Amino acid sequence: MLAARDLTKEYQSGTSALAVLRDVTFDIPQGTFVSIVGPSGSGKTTLLGLLAGLDLPSRGNVTLDGADLTRLDEDARAKLRGEKVGFIFQSFQLIPTLTAAENVQVPLELRGDDDVVARALDLLKRVGLGDRTDHYPAQLSGGEQQRVAIARAFANSPRILFADEPTGNLDGSTGARIVELLDALNRESGATVVIVTHDLTLAEHAQRVIRLKDGVVVEDRPSRSHIASAPSAPSAPSGPAAAAADPGA
Amino acid sequence: MARTARLSTLMALAWRESRTARRRLLLYMSSISLGVAALVAIDSFAANVQQSIAEQSRALLGGDINLRARSGFTPALDSLLDSLAAGGVPSAKIVSFASMATAAPSGGTRLAQVRAVSPGYPYYGEVITEPAGAWSALHEGKNAYVDPSLLISIDASVGDTLVIGYARFVIRAALINVPGDPGIAATIGPRIFIPDRYLDETQLMGLGSRAEYEAVLKLADGVRSPIWVAPLRPRFEAAGVRVRTVVENEIDITDAISQLARFLGVVGLIALLLGGIGVASGVSAFVQKKIDTVAVLRCLGASSAQVLTIYLVQAAAMGFFGAAIGAALGVAIQFLLPLAMSDFLPVDVGVTLVPSAIGLGLAIGVWVAVIFALRPLLALRRVSPLQAIRRDDAALSASARRDTWTWIVNLALVASVLVLAIDRAETTQQGLFFAAGVFVSIGLLYGSAALLSSLARRLVSSRWPYVVRQGVANLYRPASQTRSVVLALGFGSFLVTTIVLVQANLLKSFDLTAAASRGNLVFFDVQEDQRAGLDSLVRDRGHEVISETPIVTMRMVGVNGVTAERWAAANAIPARFWALRREYRSTYRDSVIATETVTAGQWFGASSPKDTVFEFSMEQGIAGDLKLTLGDTVTWDVQGVRVRARLTSTRNVDWGRFEPNFFAVFQPAAISTAPQQFVLVTAVEADTSVARLQRLAVRRFPNVSSIDLSLVRRTIAQIVDKVTLTVRFLALFSLAMGIPVLFSAVAATRRDRLREGVLLKTLGATRAQIGRILLAEYALLGILGSLSGMVLAFGGAWLLVTFVFEGTFTAAVWPALGIATAMTLLAVSIGLLTGRDVFRETPMAALREG
Repeated sequence: MLAARDLTKEYQSGTSALAVLRDVTFDIPQGTFVSIVGPSGSGKTTLLGLLAGLDLPSRGNVTLDGADLTRLDEDARAKLRGEKVGFIFQSFQLIPTLTAAENVQVPLELRGDDDVVARALDLLKRVGLGDRTDHYPAQLSGGEQQRVAIARAFANSPRILFADEPTGNLDGSTGARIVELLDALNRESGATVVIVTHDLTLAEHAQRVIRLKDGVVVEDRPSRSHIASAPSAPSAPSGPAAAAADPGA
Repeated sequence: MARTARLSTLMALAWRESRTARRRLLLYMSSISLGVAALVAIDSFAANVQQSIAEQSRALLGGDINLRARSGFTPALDSLLDSLAAGGVPSAKIVSFASMATAAPSGGTRLAQVRAVSPGYPYYGEVITEPAGAWSALHEGKNAYVDPSLLISIDASVGDTLVIGYARFVIRAALINVPGDPGIAATIGPRIFIPDRYLDETQLMGLGSRAEYEAVLKLADGVRSPIWVAPLRPRFEAAGVRVRTVVENEIDITDAISQLARFLGVVGLIALLLGGIGVASGVSAFVQKKIDTVAVLRCLGASSAQVLTIYLVQAAAMGFFGAAIGAALGVAIQFLLPLAMSDFLPVDVGVTLVPSAIGLGLAIGVWVAVIFALRPLLALRRVSPLQAIRRDDAALSASARRDTWTWIVNLALVASVLVLAIDRAETTQQGLFFAAGVFVSIGLLYGSAALLSSLARRLVSSRWPYVVRQGVANLYRPASQTRSVVLALGFGSFLVTTIVLVQANLLKSFDLTAAASRGNLVFFDVQEDQRAGLDSLVRDRGHEVISETPIVTMRMVGVNGVTAERWAAANAIPARFWALRREYRSTYRDSVIATETVTAGQWFGASSPKDTVFEFSMEQGIAGDLKLTLGDTVTWDVQGVRVRARLTSTRNVDWGRFEPNFFAVFQPAAISTAPQQFVLVTAVEADTSVARLQRLAVRRFPNVSSIDLSLVRRTIAQIVDKVTLTVRFLALFSLAMGIPVLFSAVAATRRDRLREGVLLKTLGATRAQIGRILLAEYALLGILGSLSGMVLAFGGAWLLVTFVFEGTFTAAVWPALGIATAMTLLAVSIGLLTGRDVFRETPMAALREG
């Protein structure tokens, strides 16, 4: 369970404070596939950073499985990420000097796991790259690199996976295959998946869509595909976001 | 399941992660290679020399104990030596003096160092001759063993007759190696060994002749010389004999070698510190490139300590490789050094690997690499995982000043420099001065860089052409490389220029000497009754007699009515101080000559004294050492006659000129009637005329020696050439070291330059425009860096020349400007190489990276 309460992030701009995120509150139950959408500058990436404990809010808090991230120091948050969190980035962020298998091994090695090689090879096989394990990122296509990134994200069997524009650097069909893969792994592992995207088609693959505008949540609803397949009540938008809801967006 | 990574896992990850960066990291780390090479070479070679000295110490002395008596062996001393011989401690005598040696068949003549030795010499070591094994036959007849250089210069060969004074010898063999003599000794004065029982036949040991009397004693095996000699030392010293044991000799030579090694070690240390600056700059560039990877690692759960460990392991490993390359190079230099140094060393150096020197060099190298790399690496701890999703270029510099670890590393850096400096210097104080010098230099270079940035900001004008404006603006923009490049370039330029300036100043005195000395042929040991004959011999052949200087030998026996010993005790002068005990060779004249100036008091002129106290002048240095002030009366023993003289002036004497100069000069009335000899200086132009005149003089006056100053000058020129070559090597070495350091410094901001260049290219800048922007920036950096280094070098060289070498500093501006130009060109070339990358990179690649 991931819970955000009154999340506010302000940056100092000269003498005044510039709020890029204001009083964001929601809960994401374990195993949910959620999209966060919004135009450029709406605060999506800032929200992702706060939810993943990459940054600290100016106010409010984030709890992941009961642990308040705002009360942990940087290294404790890193440890928590190593144990419970997986990441997928728009620009893949594979370490260029490591092979595909070695990239997947990294989170396991950092937390001191044994038998990391076998697990990495198994994961690469599952994302369809069993024959590319010794290739360096530069020797792989964009789609392949993102699949390595997905394998790496699932290497530590995360409780929650954050994906920042995971298809942003890929063509349409490759992007679709990546989303399918994410969806399958989400169902298989029971991990929560939070995707930040401005691709509405991709967003609708999720079970729930949270829309941001100017730093506030303006919509929080089940996705259309989810309504079609398994209708359920969306969690209500909260805080000032509810008042500013823009259903037509 | 373990919950944190083991160190071995992190090391493995570090090794894998470094794959593509290894070469670049190694390039940065190679900045320390030459410094390590210098330390390893110097320490190893010094250890080899010291080991060789320890092994050959008895051979160096020729025996276990050496006795030296300036005024000859007294009957008391002879009987003491005889009784020791009867008690199982044999001794051999050596009488050394300078004399002309003439080859009988060719008539060739040259001043040589003659050593008349008694049977048994040397007790240790072996005199190697050509033909081999001939040394044992020395005492079988009137034999002479001579240096090969003498054979060449007097056109003689083995078997010929050699005339020394009034005696004739047969040249039995050439000397290849004499234990205890450095090879250069033969160049300065070729040696001749003769049996001592024929010494009297030469008739050269007359009045006032300069000879050194030595004896070497051989103790039984296992007897320790300092213990054995201790009870006898007072008796020897009472007889005016200086005693040296093999242990004292070894300590003295070892000390001299250690001092040389320390001086060179300081140069090596500066090289290493400069390398450290290169490492720091290079690692800064490396850190910039690693931000993305570190951010990802942080996202994936790496703690800041794990991140630091990964990159520290990489830096240490590459530092080790850099140091290992340096150590290997150092060993290679160590093996080459004996070739260059053998002439100057008294022992045959056995070159062997010195594991302790290699180990120490490696350890210091790795430490310097790690400690200098650590400072920029610490920034990686502050990389936020957020960087993986949102790049913020200023993120690294944000909190460095408040970071406790940064301060700890800064302190460790300062402490490291202090420890290394104190370890290398002769005294703690010198080490502290050296470290302070390093910090002041770095501070001044940083100050110049800040000044340049500030001037650039103020002076840049919108009326300037765009490319110049852009280049100058790069000097003060955020993330500018002004500080790192000025520091690297300035420090390198400082080092090279200091070496060259000191060399120019030290060698300058030799040039002056050659120019200032008017005469080139000097006759000495000319007895009173030979003076007129020699004078007319010279003049009859059309040569000018430049000077005829009388020389009177004397000793100092009292000052102001008390004995010299009491005077020494009362004035805290060591009782065995050489100036008190030496035999003074003084002169008299009524005028001051060109090589001296009166610094205090008044010159006595030609006036005669009104009482029995005469007047004399003293060289100011020795007067100070003897605590003499104007008005003091010194009693001199002039060959048995007491002469009292009042000190009425002190003089500064230019000893560097090849002209007769004296510590004490008397008014003529004081000593003009004393037994004396003369030095006659003449100017002879052609080499053949010199040889002819020397031959004629030695034929008529066999005891008169002559020295051809042009030959001396040529010999000195050869030595100077060798020293120059060594210094040039050092300078070139420092310059070579500057290249990787400068590369590292430029690399620190390469990414920013590249991105900016590509952006400009995207906006339509031509290759020539970007080239000119880079040229403007690097030319300014180069000029400022090298000029700052040059100014610092003038300060450093002035300090060294004035206080260490006690000379007068002259600013050799042109060589310094030459170096500054070379350094500027180097900076511009390295900077323009960056431009090459700008054109190779596609705009997309660079922009995506940004």
